[in-house]
Amino acid sequence: MALTSIGASGEAAVQAQVEAALRGRRTEVRGRVFEVGLLVALLVSLLILGVLLSRIVIDGWPVYTDRGWRFLDGSLSGNADRAGISQGIVGSFWIAICVIVVAFPLGVGAAIYLEEYAPRNRLTSFIELNIRNLAGVPSVVYGLLGLAIFVNAFGGFAGASGVDRRTLVAAGITLAVLVLPIVIITSSEAIRSVPQSLREGAYGVGATRWEVIRSEVLPYAAPGILTGALLSIARAVGEAAPLIVVGAVTGFFSRGGGLNVGNVVDPSHLTDRFVALPSIVTTFAKQPDEAFRVENASATIMAMLVFVLLVNSIAIVLRNRFEKKRSQ
Amino acid sequence: MAATTLPPPGGPAPGPSVDLSGDPRRHRRERTMGAIFFLSAFLSLVISALILISLFSNGTEFFTDVDWGNVFGASSWNPRQDQFGITTILAGSLIVTGIAMLVAAPLGLGAAVYLSEYARPNIRTALKPIIEVLAGIPSVVLGVFALNWIAPEVVGRIFGREHSAGSMMAAGIGVGILTIPLVASVSEDAMRAVPDSLRQASAGIGARKMSTTLRVVLPAAVSGIVAAMILAISRAIGETMVVFIAGGAADSATYTTNPLDGSLTMTAAMASLAVGTENVRGSGLAVPSLYFVGVVLFFFTFLLNLIADRFVRRVRQVY
Repeated sequence: MALTSIGASGEAAVQAQVEAALRGRRTEVRGRVFEVGLLVALLVSLLILGVLLSRIVIDGWPVYTDRGWRFLDGSLSGNADRAGISQGIVGSFWIAICVIVVAFPLGVGAAIYLEEYAPRNRLTSFIELNIRNLAGVPSVVYGLLGLAIFVNAFGGFAGASGVDRRTLVAAGITLAVLVLPIVIITSSEAIRSVPQSLREGAYGVGATRWEVIRSEVLPYAAPGILTGALLSIARAVGEAAPLIVVGAVTGFFSRGGGLNVGNVVDPSHLTDRFVALPSIVTTFAKQPDEAFRVENASATIMAMLVFVLLVNSIAIVLRNRFEKKRSQ
Repeated sequence: MAATTLPPPGGPAPGPSVDLSGDPRRHRRERTMGAIFFLSAFLSLVISALILISLFSNGTEFFTDVDWGNVFGASSWNPRQDQFGITTILAGSLIVTGIAMLVAAPLGLGAAVYLSEYARPNIRTALKPIIEVLAGIPSVVLGVFALNWIAPEVVGRIFGREHSAGSMMAAGIGVGILTIPLVASVSEDAMRAVPDSLRQASAGIGARKMSTTLRVVLPAAVSGIVAAMILAISRAIGETMVVFIAGGAADSATYTTNPLDGSLTMTAAMASLAVGTENVRGSGLAVPSLYFVGVVLFFFTFLLNLIADRFVRRVRQVY
């Protein structure tokens, strides 16, 4: 009996030893450090976003409490206490319109061709490669395109000459061209996600290719296309470099930049010289005077960010909602 | 048999002459729509051609007329004073891009690994949109942030008060923040494309989470991660406004390799030339030099994007 009891206790000890060896150390220090390191990287990225937004609001808020609407509907000025940004709102509004009118139909059309019509040949893969490359061309290079073609060669679409060729419509079309690859790529992805069975069902009842696209493909892909469209509007409204190269009014706005506002939605703005919110931010930030560089610049950014972040958030929410719905 | 010879009541005669092709208007509409869609896709090739034409036709004057000894020998970039030292702005681009990658690569990749391998699904769905919001912030905003906050509060604190105005360091950090979401989202996509069976196999032979992540998931996703880095470099080289606003130089710069100095990158040099094109003509070559820098920049980013595209497609082919 003594023997068996010794054997049993020895067996238990061996078992415990083996279990401990299999389990390893309870707390795995290196693994924890690694995980914490990754978490820190994520949190620092989010923290930067928080600091950025709070800094802009802290710097820009006094302008709104002091001047309220007068900042939004006032004119550009060399006087920091009176400067307003209404001309910039006009410019950014019309730039968004140009993107909607020019980039969306062309971008969705190109996506439909690439996904629904294009034969699998060299030309198609060359067009696709070319579009991916265009999406990576720096925005300032698009500015040169706008300057050389839309401003200098086409006279800013207004038959003007000299600096008067640097029109709002030339800038708007430049930005439409800039976001065109984004519209094409996001629309292509949306169209690719349409189930083949929908197309086959429609073909089965005798629909032609265009009828299939109109009645099945586009309605199903619409949320995805809309998401891409919204993201590209936000991108265009925030883009400054091409505007500066194309010829937004910059420098010190001593005489209100020589720009009239009148009615915001008056299309005659399109053939005038222009500023837009991001180009105003740039001009303000280049001034040595802190009232311009910090306060007015931040307040202008607030006006721009409200629009850009709102449009972006709608796009992200829209996409997530439909992804969830479809995967169910 | 008799039925076929009977004329059908009130209809056209059957047989090979029956027209099944349908409404010709429908056919015409079909062809028109196809042509419209083809033309809009073809337009992208026209745009590329126009970019090349506008760069080269306006830059030719610079290529033929400039003194190339000046371009590679001059120690400053000041086109209005006929100083075309391209090494100055190349060094500027290199330094700013380097600093940007030092910021964006660890933060973006770390965030991506955490989101893809460690985060619980609900945390992931909560945090991912916030990263996407960061991706949507316009670059002028980062420029103003870099000038008004990063320069005095980060660069100024670490390297001394005399550096609290704009510098390549401040601009580089700003550009880095701008590229974090790009690095994070592309490399996260690459890691999530790694099949779960690999992770399960690794766990099955007793590997810990960290070993699985470092020795299985990352090597399997390496081409996507390399693509993310190359795209981020390309984006950083092409980024204009952050450097233009916070780079600490107005429209001329002297050659420097000290990141705490102010200088110009290729893009910022273009922006500052463009700002003055209407007032200060400078020498006849100032405006063509704008397009010359555009050519150099275009080919740098073109090459990087092409390489990144190869890597991205390799990911798709494997899984």
